[in-house]
Amino acid sequence: MLSVVISEISRWAIPALLFFIPLLGYLRGVKVYEVFVQGAEEGFSTAVRIIPFLVGMLVAIAVFRESGAMELLVRLINPVMRVVGAPPEVLPLAVMRPLSGGGALGIAAELISAYGPDSFIGRLASVMQGSTDTTFYVLTVYFGSVGVRRYRYALTLGLLADVSGLLASLLICNLLFR
Amino acid sequence: MVNVVWLLLLLTGIVVAALNGDVEVVTTAALQAAQTGVNIALEIIGLMALWLGLMRIAEEAGMVRFLARLVRPVMEFLFPSVPKGHPAMGAIIMNLSANILGLGNAATPFGLKAMQELQRLNDNPEEATEAMCTFLALNTSCITLIPATIIGIRVAAGSSNPTEIVGPTIFATATGMVVAVIADRVLRRRWAKRHRR
Repeated sequence: MLSVVISEISRWAIPALLFFIPLLGYLRGVKVYEVFVQGAEEGFSTAVRIIPFLVGMLVAIAVFRESGAMELLVRLINPVMRVVGAPPEVLPLAVMRPLSGGGALGIAAELISAYGPDSFIGRLASVMQGSTDTTFYVLTVYFGSVGVRRYRYALTLGLLADVSGLLASLLICNLLFR
Repeated sequence: MVNVVWLLLLLTGIVVAALNGDVEVVTTAALQAAQTGVNIALEIIGLMALWLGLMRIAEEAGMVRFLARLVRPVMEFLFPSVPKGHPAMGAIIMNLSANILGLGNAATPFGLKAMQELQRLNDNPEEATEAMCTFLALNTSCITLIPATIIGIRVAAGSSNPTEIVGPTIFATATGMVVAVIADRVLRRRWAKRHRR
């Protein structure tokens, strides 16, 4: 039931915004097309400005992942995972999540299909995937778009939020689904 | 910190590849990733144009200002350094709303817009401001009411109850968000103390 509601909302969200924003704008006397084009112009320059930052970060992450260093890191923190009550299978997902959105989604999808969506691992992977974000990517792109190079404590803060989101996923899944 | 993390990712990767006797992997991975970076940027040009265009209409029609007025107390608490009625507030609100609704590809353009507005308030353009750090922490930990992608994957995998993870996901992201807001205040104070001359 809820599943139907949610899939309907995501089906309608964008058409609804495309319908109501221009309509409301027109009713309030906005020259909708002209104003749209003015706003859209900024899209190109912003996208181009983030390229160097994106390339720098993606290269480092790809080298780290493809070389096998990621796997090594996963093996290293595995003992800690057992202590906090996490099945070791989900560790690659936890490590990948802040680094690469596509990578994490791939791992989550793999876990869900390998262990089944209704297994503990499948549910935990789903909650973990939904509850945190690709911090590195977001920081790179957002700061890059305005040319900020010194992040101060932003990275620490973002990773702290990720870790607490992951731990909270673990806690709630252990309570509800074990 | 980002310098150290970046360097460590790169150097450990190369060392591990060398120890595995497969150093060519580094070459392929690096070249491919560089190309991916450009592809991502090209792909988001269209999205950026679409959403920034719509946002401009929403702004001129007063919709963004209306939204901003609704949540003003919260925003003033979170972003004390941003002046009342500054356009950054509107963009931040649009970004967070898009995140909450799970509209990932609309969130980015609004977020970049918010960063540009926040940068206008920045005296030292190379360095992040407190408001930027707060905004990014909220952005990456923001409550997602509809994790549509993962529900789609669960449906495809034949789950008997694909949406049962919605409640737990909201709980987990809310926890992350609360921690982020608290940690932001703590780190901000510590940073200010350490860098006072």
